[in-house]
Amino acid sequence: MLKKSWKRELPLHLLLLPAAAIVFIFNYIPMAGILMAFERYIPTKGIWGSKWVGFDNFSYIFSLPDTYTVLWNTLFIACMKIVVGQVTPIAVALLLNEMRSALIKRGVQTLIYLPHFLSWTILGGIMIDILSPSSGIVNQMLTAIGGKPIFFLGDNNWFPFTIVISNEWKEFGFSTIVYLAALTGISPALYEAAVMDGAGRWRQTWHITLPGMRPVIILLVTLSLGQVLNAGFEQIFVLYSPQVYESGDIIDTMVYRMGMLSAQYGPATAIGLMKSFVSLILISVAYFLAYRLANYRIF
Amino acid sequence: MILLSLLCMFPLVHVLAVSFSSNAASSAGLVTLWPIGFNFKSYEFVMQNAEFLRSLGVSVQRVLLGSLIQMLLIVITAYPLSMEASRFRFRTAYAWYFLVTILFGGGLIPTYMVIKDLGMLDTLWALIVPSSVPVFSVVLLLNFYRGLPRELEEAAFIDGASLLRTLFSIILPLSLPAIATLLLFSMVGHWNAWFDGLLYMNRPENYPLQSYLQTLIINNDFKATTAEELQMLKSISNRSVKAAQIFLGALPILLVYPFLQKYFMKGIVLGSVKE
Repeated sequence: MLKKSWKRELPLHLLLLPAAAIVFIFNYIPMAGILMAFERYIPTKGIWGSKWVGFDNFSYIFSLPDTYTVLWNTLFIACMKIVVGQVTPIAVALLLNEMRSALIKRGVQTLIYLPHFLSWTILGGIMIDILSPSSGIVNQMLTAIGGKPIFFLGDNNWFPFTIVISNEWKEFGFSTIVYLAALTGISPALYEAAVMDGAGRWRQTWHITLPGMRPVIILLVTLSLGQVLNAGFEQIFVLYSPQVYESGDIIDTMVYRMGMLSAQYGPATAIGLMKSFVSLILISVAYFLAYRLANYRIF
Repeated sequence: MILLSLLCMFPLVHVLAVSFSSNAASSAGLVTLWPIGFNFKSYEFVMQNAEFLRSLGVSVQRVLLGSLIQMLLIVITAYPLSMEASRFRFRTAYAWYFLVTILFGGGLIPTYMVIKDLGMLDTLWALIVPSSVPVFSVVLLLNFYRGLPRELEEAAFIDGASLLRTLFSIILPLSLPAIATLLLFSMVGHWNAWFDGLLYMNRPENYPLQSYLQTLIINNDFKATTAEELQMLKSISNRSVKAAQIFLGALPILLVYPFLQKYFMKGIVLGSVKE
C-alpha cells in the first residue's frame, strides 16, 4: 500500500523538484549566510574560515549613532506610508463608486493604475525632473504664485513627505482594486431598503458602504503590520542623496551601503538579520491576526 | 475625480512634452504640457546611442527568457500543491517549505555571496534564476486551480491521460485568465527590475535597460563618448535627452498595458479575494 502511493506520488515530487531546488539554493543557503553576522568575515577565508566574534558586530552597530536615526527614519516613513496608503484608496474607491458614467469610471481607473506598472527608475527620473529647485515645473508653479522654491529631495524637512506622497502617487490607484471589489460585493437590496427609509447619500455611505467594506479594511490593515520595517528600498535608493541621509536613510539602504560599498560584511549582515528577525515576528503576528479577525488564509 | 486622474498623469505628460521640445525651451524650463519647438532630435540621439541599444537588448532577452522560465515553474509547482492532502501526502510539507521563504530570507549580502560563489555574476542567469520561483504567484495560481471542477481531472485520469497531459491539455487551457495575469506581472517585473542588474553586473555593458537608466538619469554621469555625439549633444539639451530615455524606458509598458488591463483586473480579483 505504502509502496503503491509512493509510485503514484513520484511524478508530483518530480514536478516540484526544479522549484524546490531553486528555492533551496537562492533562499535557504543564504539563510546560512547570516552566520556572517557573528564573525569578522573575510571573503577570502569564507564563512567557515573567518573568525567568530560572537555578538561584537551587534554591539558595534548599537554604538553607532546613525543606527538610531536610521531606525527612526524607517519607522516614521513606513508608518506614514501605511496610514496614507490605506486612507487614500478607501476614499478613492468610495468616490469611484459614486460615479454614474461607467465610461468615465473605467477611464479614471485605467489612468490611476498606470504608475504602478512603471519602475522607480522611470518614476524617480520624473520626480527628479519635476521637483528640481531650479528648473522643475513644481517649483516654477510655486514661484509663480509667489512662493519660495523648495528643494523637495534635498531638504531634510521635506524629504520624508516627498517620499510618502510620491509613493502614494505610484500606488494608490492599484490599491483601490481590492476595495472596489469589496464594494461590488455589497447587496443592492441594502441600498434600496435605506432609500425607502429616507437615507441620503451620506447616510447610505456611512451605514451601508463602510460597514460593508469593514472586513477588507481590517484585513489589509492587519497585513500591512508586517511591513513596518519596510520603508521601500528601491524608491529611497533612487531618490536620496548624502544630504538627506539624516531624514531618509533607512535600514535597507544602510545595509546596502555598509555591505556592498564599504565591505563591512559582518555588521551589515547583523543589521539585516535583526531586521529579518523582527519582520518575521511582525509578519507572523499579522497573519495570525488576519486569520483571527478576517478569516484570511493564504490558501 | 477626473481632475485626480489628470493630476496623476500630469508628470508623465510633462516629461513627454520636454522630450519633444527644443534645446532652448526645455533648458529654460518653459515647457509645461505641450512641447515647444517640436522636434525628434533627442530621440534620434538616444536611438543612435550604442549603450542604450545594448542595454535594451539585454532587457529584451531578460524579459523573454525570464518570463518563460518563471511561467513554466509557476505552472508545474502550483499543480501538485493544489491537490488535496489525501491525494498527495507531502503537500503540506512542500507548501510550508515554499511559504517560509516569504516569511524569512537571508538578506541582501548572503544572497549576493551565493550568487557570486556560483559564478553567476555578470551573466544573464543572475537576473533570471534567483527570482524564478515567485511564491505569491504560485499561491495565486494554485488557488485558481482549486476553483476548477475536480471531476474534469478525474475523468482525464480514467481516460488514461498522464499527469503532465492532464495539466497541460485540461487544466492549463482553463486557467488562461490567471496565466495571462501572472504573465503580465512576470514580464513587467523583469522589464522594471534594475537593482539586481546594478548589484550582480560588474560591467556596465551587461546592464539591462532600467539599470542603465538608473545610473544615467539618477546618478547623473552623462558622458558623451565620441566627438560626433558631443557635437550632436550641443544641439539638444541634456534634459530633453533624459526625458526621451525615461519615456522610451516606459514605452513598452504603456503599449501593452491597455490590452492586458481587463485580464489583470479579473485575474487579481479571482486569485486574491475568496468567498
